[in-house]
Amino acid sequence: MNLDTLLPNLGEWLRGTGPESDVVVSTRIRLARNLADYPFTGRATPAQKSEIVSKVKEAIARVELPFKLDYHDVPAMSVLDRQFLVERQLISRELAAVLEGPRGVAFDDKESASVMVNEEDHLRLQILRSGFALDDAWTDIDKLDDALETRLAYAFHTQFGYLTACPTNVGTGLRGSVMLHLPALGLTKQIDKVFRALQKINLAVRGLHGEGSRAFGDLYQISNQVTLGKSEQKILGEIKEVILTILQYERQARAVLLKERKQAEQDRVARALGTLGSATMITAEETMELLSVVRLGIHLRLIDDVPATAVNQLFIQTQAAHLQKLVGHALDGEERNAARAKYLKARLRDIGSHR
Amino acid sequence: MFCDNVATVHLTDIVNKKKREAHLCEKCARERDLLPETAGKAIDLKALVNLMMAPDPAQFAPSATVPVALQCPKCGLTYAAFKGEGRFGCSHDYDVFRSVLEPLLERVHRGTAHTGKLPAAARDAARVARVAGLRTEMASAIASENYEQAARLRDLIREMETAQ
Repeated sequence: MNLDTLLPNLGEWLRGTGPESDVVVSTRIRLARNLADYPFTGRATPAQKSEIVSKVKEAIARVELPFKLDYHDVPAMSVLDRQFLVERQLISRELAAVLEGPRGVAFDDKESASVMVNEEDHLRLQILRSGFALDDAWTDIDKLDDALETRLAYAFHTQFGYLTACPTNVGTGLRGSVMLHLPALGLTKQIDKVFRALQKINLAVRGLHGEGSRAFGDLYQISNQVTLGKSEQKILGEIKEVILTILQYERQARAVLLKERKQAEQDRVARALGTLGSATMITAEETMELLSVVRLGIHLRLIDDVPATAVNQLFIQTQAAHLQKLVGHALDGEERNAARAKYLKARLRDIGSHR
Repeated sequence: MFCDNVATVHLTDIVNKKKREAHLCEKCARERDLLPETAGKAIDLKALVNLMMAPDPAQFAPSATVPVALQCPKCGLTYAAFKGEGRFGCSHDYDVFRSVLEPLLERVHRGTAHTGKLPAAARDAARVARVAGLRTEMASAIASENYEQAARLRDLIREMETAQ
């Protein structure tokens, strides 16, 4: 399989054009589903996992969907390709590197719908959208779920709902996550206060790549913890309410920045662009921190010649696996930092020449 | 279990490698002096030990010690393995481990019953059950000569049967 064709493209969720895209980068909903009559993935034999893969592949090929899902076999993939799909948010780190045996992922060419097979649960359906779009994402994933269910018998319990390997996902099996860019709350040191409030109402906060990942570049994912005892609409409604509040806080903090230290911010943005465009070695972390400053500068209208989409793109394309695919071969840490700097310089020059 | 209220106080005690658990509601825990009068962190250790050592098996819920011996006949998952991994092995585990699962779900989700989307098959079953219930209602309405009500139920049944 050749994933290189994906390289110049960009998942639709990264366009940065959706609702509230000054603060909300993307919206994601996933549903955990298991097939009746098979043990959960953790206890399934390789033969059973193979059967599950065949059943899901057949179902995907036969159901009617508004998009075409192509299946990719993970064990057959190189380590680099797997990491590449993790960076694209199409598979989990577990599916890529921790789990064993037959497993894979099906996704469409816009990279907005994906189905992981034999992750912790037999099926993990996902819809990714640009901006704040929980309702649209729910409509899409509900349809995808209904379509697959016509071909696959799900494990369902009259009391507990959709059964999952981990009881923390049981019931709806639903996790709604919204990725936020909150640089102003970070700068004004209010971010911790916001997150403490979130934890009290049972919402989780994570970094860009989900569980356990650090929040680089002021990117945070907010998601629900509770999956049982509330309807999907209620769960999503609660997330929505909280996001709207955080949106307000972030915008207020941005307004204060503009009012009180516009000159200093202007300088910070110019220096960030300067470093990104002239460094010869740069780490992924520093890149994300600087891109975050540039992204804020765009939305504060301190600069108008760098498109937001380009910055969103660079967040993903300067990550390790993307860089190595761009260069065409494996790179060690130092080489990667040099390649990253070279790539950034070229891209920013490119953007500059279109000014 | 001491009463029918939801258990919010959970005690675990290990004596000579034997594990015992007790689940009490706040009221029962207060009656047994397990909770300090004012909201604080300290637990009355003496009262706790007394409770755990209580010789009367009726007073100390015997079922609380059973989970250790639970094992799924289908996938072979033991209670110890579940506690260690936090993952179930198969769908049947939800019934096999129900007694320990429900308090866990209560803590994690503050709920123990699904109220969201249903698979089409379950939706159909729910509709069939509802229609059967309406038929019974209609029969008793006819028996009590409440024809207006019976006609209303008949229309409702028709509507539900033609839907989908």
